Amino acid sequence: MRDKLQEITKKAMEQIEAAQEMTALNDVRVAILGKKGELTAVLKSMKDVKPEERPMVGQLVNEARNAIEEKLNEAKTKLEEADMKMRLKSEVIDVTLPAKKAKIGHSHPNVSVLEEVENIFIGMGYEVVEGPEVEYDYYNFEALNIPENHPAKDEQDTFYINKNILLRTQTSPVQVRVMEKGKLPIRMIAPGRVFRSDEVDATHSPSFHQIEGMVIDKNITFADLKGTLQEFVKQLFGPETKVKFRPHHFPFTEPSAEVDVSCFKCGGKGCRFCKGEGWIEILGCGMVHPKVLKMRGIDPDEYQGFAFGVGLERIALLKYEIDDMRLLYENDDRFLKQF
Amino acid sequence: MKTSLKWIKDLVPELDVTPQEFMDAMTLSGSKVEFYECMDADLDKIVVGQIKEIAPHPDADKLVVCQVDIGGEVTQIVTGAKNVFEGAKIPVVLDGGRVAGGHDGSKTPGGIKIKKGKLRGVESNGMMCSIEELGSTHDMFPEAPVDGIYIFPEDTQVGANAVEVLGLDDTVFEYEITSNRVDCFAVLGLAREAAATFEKEFVPPVVTKTGNDEDVNDYIKVSVEATDLCPRYTARVVKNIKIAPSPEWMQRRLRAQGIRPINNLVDITNYVMEEYGQPMHAYDLDTIEGKEIVVRRGKADETFVTLDGQERKVDESVLMICDGKKAVGLAGIMGGENSMITDNVTTVLFEAACFDGTNIRLSSKKVGLRTDASGKFEKGLDPNNAMEAMNRACQLIVELGCGEVVGGAIDIYPEKKEGRRLPFEPEKYNHMLGTDIPKEDMLTYFARLDLGYDKETNEIVIPSWRQDLESYADLAEEVARFFGYDKIPTSLPCGESTTGCLSYKLKIEKIARTVAQFCGFSQGMTYSFESPKVFDKLLLDENDPLRQAVVISNPLGEDFSIMRTLPLDGMLTSLATNANRRNKNVRLFEMGNIYLPKQVPVTELPEERMQLTMGMYGEGDFFTMKGTIEEILSQVGMDHKVSYDPNAGKNFLHPGRQANVVYDGVVIGYLGEVHPRVTANYDMKERVFIGVLDMPEIVERATFDKKYEGVAKFPAATRDISMVVPRDVLVGQIEEVFDTKGGAYLESYELFDIYEGNQITGGFKSVAYSLTFRAKDKNLEEDDITTAMNRILKALDQMGIQLRK
Repeated sequence: MRDKLQEITKKAMEQIEAAQEMTALNDVRVAILGKKGELTAVLKSMKDVKPEERPMVGQLVNEARNAIEEKLNEAKTKLEEADMKMRLKSEVIDVTLPAKKAKIGHSHPNVSVLEEVENIFIGMGYEVVEGPEVEYDYYNFEALNIPENHPAKDEQDTFYINKNILLRTQTSPVQVRVMEKGKLPIRMIAPGRVFRSDEVDATHSPSFHQIEGMVIDKNITFADLKGTLQEFVKQLFGPETKVKFRPHHFPFTEPSAEVDVSCFKCGGKGCRFCKGEGWIEILGCGMVHPKVLKMRGIDPDEYQGFAFGVGLERIALLKYEIDDMRLLYENDDRFLKQF
Repeated sequence: MKTSLKWIKDLVPELDVTPQEFMDAMTLSGSKVEFYECMDADLDKIVVGQIKEIAPHPDADKLVVCQVDIGGEVTQIVTGAKNVFEGAKIPVVLDGGRVAGGHDGSKTPGGIKIKKGKLRGVESNGMMCSIEELGSTHDMFPEAPVDGIYIFPEDTQVGANAVEVLGLDDTVFEYEITSNRVDCFAVLGLAREAAATFEKEFVPPVVTKTGNDEDVNDYIKVSVEATDLCPRYTARVVKNIKIAPSPEWMQRRLRAQGIRPINNLVDITNYVMEEYGQPMHAYDLDTIEGKEIVVRRGKADETFVTLDGQERKVDESVLMICDGKKAVGLAGIMGGENSMITDNVTTVLFEAACFDGTNIRLSSKKVGLRTDASGKFEKGLDPNNAMEAMNRACQLIVELGCGEVVGGAIDIYPEKKEGRRLPFEPEKYNHMLGTDIPKEDMLTYFARLDLGYDKETNEIVIPSWRQDLESYADLAEEVARFFGYDKIPTSLPCGESTTGCLSYKLKIEKIARTVAQFCGFSQGMTYSFESPKVFDKLLLDENDPLRQAVVISNPLGEDFSIMRTLPLDGMLTSLATNANRRNKNVRLFEMGNIYLPKQVPVTELPEERMQLTMGMYGEGDFFTMKGTIEEILSQVGMDHKVSYDPNAGKNFLHPGRQANVVYDGVVIGYLGEVHPRVTANYDMKERVFIGVLDMPEIVERATFDKKYEGVAKFPAATRDISMVVPRDVLVGQIEEVFDTKGGAYLESYELFDIYEGNQITGGFKSVAYSLTFRAKDKNLEEDDITTAMNRILKALDQMGIQLRK
């Protein structure tokens, strides 16, 4: 019996050794360990063994089985590894072939800048609101302390629909509309289209965008205006940016200022980009004029506020070094793809 | 506005600054200097020389060899100039010096360096200069020859610095003055600002009394009929006029201001206009009939010839200066040809008046003539300045020996304009600025600006030339300006905190934009106004309500004259631009308003409706556009079934390839292939697809209210059906059957084949769907499915649809 088992084991080992494919291994398994396999047959013949020898024979059979199974598994792993190696080798690709893209569209420079500006102010607690583009003359001018026959009405070259209705020349009327709602305090920015009757050229467009900002609360000061805009330009143009406030005049703010930032190309040394000045003018601002507050029923002795207006195209042109404003409205795919 | 630095320094004698320092400080105190020009920046080593001897050049007919005395030394210079002569005093640039440019007037940045050398073999140690080479023009130096070397007057000192002699050693500042600072459109006003900025004393000219024993009233009588348009009218008379060039100092100042010197009389009025900001006018008194001036409104259809020889139409709104019989001037704009000063003038009537600024502005527009004078008047001048300026002019008349001033002055000034008084409120200024400036400092700033302080009433006394100072906010700005905007601290608003956010509408629009972008569409922008011809280009019916547009009354041209009522023109134009430039596979979208009038003509604001407009050509088709629309709807939570109505009725779309997008029974947009005739109208050959979503409808239906429904636990069963369908039945109709008859267990369905052709009877198509059934709470029984399928098949049968055998 022992010899027989040894013979079986030896034969099995040889066959396993010789097997080159999975199927061959399987055949061995069936021939030895299967229901009709040789080793199984030995087990089946246990009934012919003397009862006192049975444990010993059983043990021998199990030993043989374990040895064969171990060898089988070993061979299987080896074959699998060889297979895997073959497969991977055959599946090598040229990773430098062109990518397959989802062909995502591109943003518009105006929108990219706008979203950046919106995010900065949303972070500071401002609500983003809108107002009508076709606006009453009253909101665009009179409510902003620009009375009938004020030269500013000429300066801005307004498109009129009729005597009372016009295309807004600035986003400032949104200030008035927000104040009118009567909810205080106010922290808002209002981006949108504005219109002025300028002929189209490299630096002018009869339709462009502004972002208006306004804060009204108790104890808002010019220092707050300075701090806020300083924070804004640093976030937009980089932490090294310096800010300069120059006195200026706007009918609806007093005191008023224009804001220059240090040239983000040369850092303020002066270059072709900033026309050698080192500074670039980017926005107008000021403390909301007490008259404007009063007209909306806000008591200027209790509430103060500041307002500012930024030209979106101006920032987009500067930021992306676009040399012709007309490109923004042509929508050439080769232009848009760069944003 | 311009000023020369020398003039400013004359009025602020202690001022000692470089041009750059002046520019920076003035800008920071509120008088923005745009730029400055040192007139002598490119001039170097230029002296007055005198030609002692001229000899012909041995080798060149067109050149001469000059011996030139340059002050204690004689040097040789070769020139080709025609106008030189022995004894002439001329500007000479010496070896190593620089001139500003060529004699043709072209300027070379940095100047041109002059070196000694040989001209056709003869040594030349410098160059004689024309006025152009010195950086100026014949216009500014009328005595300079048009083509030749500048010749100095005989009494000029040889060897002197020629740049100084010509007054070119000055710097000119160009300011951007804001409209509220009327007083700064004058050299005196800017000098006052400069004095305050640099904390130096301001020394305005002392105007002395002028006039002989005669009485001006014997010469002229003035009446102002339109007092509303002429708050003040002053007049004086000068006789025995002697027209001559004005002195060199005055010419230099005018030149630096960019004003061409003409003669003493004209120069004096220009000088006073620059100095005081007060325009003046001179009439030849001998042309004034009836010894009388009447200031009145024009008459309807009155015509008038201004001194430039142009006939001007005026009406009742235009203010006229008239004599006893006729009009002699357009008030504040231009005098008349009939009373203009000629070289033969003997007696002059000087006018310095104050006219209503708005009226002058409107009149100047109406008449179509804007002059330096009207430009000043329209800002709204200080009437108190008029008499001062008048007397200053008369003083100069005397000083220049230009004539004899008649005693007395006419002054019609019915309502004297007083300066304003405002309470002195230092706490308020500090509260507004966020500063802690001592009130003494504030009073010092005010004093420098000639703003008085009345201790008794605690009031700031504001001079009449500062009409812009109306409230504490204005005074706070004056404090801020001289404290320094840069010294005001920076802080962030404190107080009640607020939540930053996009409005809901903007939030939805942003999602839509993002999805469009992710579907391959790039964001474009087009104008909101367009041409009314667009309606024809888009084949709109004659009576299409979209032809009713908001019309701009003063457009830039017909192409920009109406507000768009549909968003397609900009999109199609942009696509055409791309196609024309051979860009392939272009997809664009725009988020922009259309403007729908509530009535025509417009009496209230139109409705502004935001439209998401997508357009594309090249890769993709109708169903690409449809897919994009459905992606957008899905991302804003609109997950009800979207249906498509092919009867969209859009003339500009292909009649067989268009649909309204319908959601919950409401049209929320449309899409389709652009009608080939329309693409042709935009010069495009490509098939163009567009999709438009009406954003207000989207915003109204968008929702982010989602609930987790669980993942299906029970298995699904599918049934494929292959149908023979009459050709004109839409798959949408079949799907409607699935939706209505499928029952609760029909989870989804998917079209997997559609076929028309040989194996199918004519007039029919084969359509195959895979239907998936599932129950949420149990394993489905065969019966459940059969029941649902039978309902579906029955309904399909009624539509003439058979299962394919």
